[in-house]
Amino acid sequence: MNPVFYQTTARIPSAIIRTPGRFLRTALPALSLGLVVLGIAWLNPRAISYFGLNLMLNLGVPVALATIAQMFVITVNDLDLSIGTFVSFVGCVAATWLRDAPPLGVIILFGAICVYATVGAVIYLRSVPSIVVTLGMLFVWQGLAILILPKPGGKAPVWLHDFMNLRTPYLPFPIITALAIAALVHIGLMRTSYGAILRGAGGNPNAMARAGWSLLKTKVVMFTLAGIFGVLAGLALIGLTTSADANIGKGYTLLSIAGVILGGGEFVGGRVSPVGAVIGALTLTLAGSLLNFMRISPDWQVGAQGAILIVVLAARAVINRAERRLR
Amino acid sequence: MRLRSSHGFLARPWVWSYLGALLVWLAAIAFTHGYGAGGMLTAGLALAVFSVITGVAQMFVITLGPGNVDLSLPANIGLASAVAMKVMNGSDAMIAAGLVASLASGVGVGLANYLLIWLLRIPPIIATLSASFILQSVGISYGRGLQIKPPRGFADFTTAQLAGIPLLAIGTVIFTYGIAILLHRTIYGRSVLAIGQNARAAWLAGIAVERVRCATYVLSGALGGICGALLAGYFRGSSLEIGDEYLLTSIALVVIGGTSVSGGNANVAGLWGAALFLVLLLTMLNTFGVSAGVRLLVTGLVIIGVITAAGGQKTGSLR
Repeated sequence: MNPVFYQTTARIPSAIIRTPGRFLRTALPALSLGLVVLGIAWLNPRAISYFGLNLMLNLGVPVALATIAQMFVITVNDLDLSIGTFVSFVGCVAATWLRDAPPLGVIILFGAICVYATVGAVIYLRSVPSIVVTLGMLFVWQGLAILILPKPGGKAPVWLHDFMNLRTPYLPFPIITALAIAALVHIGLMRTSYGAILRGAGGNPNAMARAGWSLLKTKVVMFTLAGIFGVLAGLALIGLTTSADANIGKGYTLLSIAGVILGGGEFVGGRVSPVGAVIGALTLTLAGSLLNFMRISPDWQVGAQGAILIVVLAARAVINRAERRLR
Repeated sequence: MRLRSSHGFLARPWVWSYLGALLVWLAAIAFTHGYGAGGMLTAGLALAVFSVITGVAQMFVITLGPGNVDLSLPANIGLASAVAMKVMNGSDAMIAAGLVASLASGVGVGLANYLLIWLLRIPPIIATLSASFILQSVGISYGRGLQIKPPRGFADFTTAQLAGIPLLAIGTVIFTYGIAILLHRTIYGRSVLAIGQNARAAWLAGIAVERVRCATYVLSGALGGICGALLAGYFRGSSLEIGDEYLLTSIALVVIGGTSVSGGNANVAGLWGAALFLVLLLTMLNTFGVSAGVRLLVTGLVIIGVITAAGGQKTGSLR
């Protein structure tokens, strides 16, 4: 595609001016979120209030965290099919051990992150496809979750519940959290030099290896980060639901992939956008509320998420094609 | 496959899946002191059928090359099972119509998948993912409160046995033989392999790449549709979740069965070995009396163990 793509972030402002198509592409995630919010505001103005936003968006926090986890993995050209059951597993640990025996709970969660790092190392060292290894991990986490909590139950630790239900001034807690997550990951991945190397490991692994960077290390770092954000997603989810269930994170794998793509991330080449990913996750979360206000049966909630994904991708395709015709 | 025969019999990865299947079966028999050995095989064969059908579908798609995978299989199967039961409506006279309807539903899904890939120029993994979101909703909405039992004749057909061997398994063995011929001896099959090895070279060689890709996604959709109808017959009713396990199973089968995940090299014989291995592994764990959690845990570790031991090619991942 356009060689501008491979330049460093420092050059982007001029690139935006040069290619309106690129600007449109970047603005697309925010635009789709804006449209969904506008739709809600039009159908039910009262929903756009402190309380309403809190209610509609609070489940967006764990989705956003899981999406960021998926984004780290996608950056290095892999795919994590196990994030959903991993969130379930973390949830089960949080609702049992983390409450009853906090030190043990912390050790287990730490161990789980180490397992994620190991998965990254195995994928690189044995050069096996990530979707197969994470497919296996999907079963492993699910199995462990069922072993911990054979029946739905458990209870969130009090501090976790209190934290997730904070009443922040002015802006609702989920919005502040989403902003914080987006800012933190954006700075870490897009604005630091090691972040550029991490993305480079996805963009052109051979070049990074020739330049002396360890691809094993970048892979392990990315999977560790995915593990950390997966743990945060599980904790956030349990803080909101207060009790756990071995299948609680079931939909998160597909949601997280959809969120990354919706946010402008691409599947290969280390081109991702943390801010976009968070926006994508929030859009998918709000789609359900919009449907509610439109009095459409919740049966179509998943379908609406799919439709949004298709519409955004179609818009992106149209922009790309128009751009090619102009040149 | 033929090219690599010089590496000897054991160098073929799919041989190991049969050995594994034999091993877990023997372990299960040893545990029961030979009791129920035949029954285990019969049940194993019956369940392996559904895995093999979805495995064939996924194998063709994955063979198309990096990035190709059909994530819409479970939703497709769930929808087709509901369509089949609704059209059959419990009447033996409508069995053929129901099968055709489920097939048509599957073909439609395949076409939709391909259209998304082609129109939006997006990776197939994303196209089939978004399609499966919409299919799930269609399935929920269409199948709501659907409690139709399959017609007697159809249910009996899916569980019929010939000398202890499920009729369906015999049919599927013949079917997979046909698939092997389709893959290795027809222009279509060779085109799929060529595209998987190098899509650009295949295009330059004059292969109608887009037409072959379209046919492959339609084939995958159609197989999913038929599998949905058969599952509904076997389990005495349709459900949306009926196909859920087959996304992972189909991918696992393809990998354990020795098909290259980076495309261009498919293996039909390995699918049966891998399917029997996974089904018998579950049977063995069941006879050991372990809990559902341990069963999942072991399945996962086995998949990782097999793929890690086999190792991958130095180039290419699934995407």
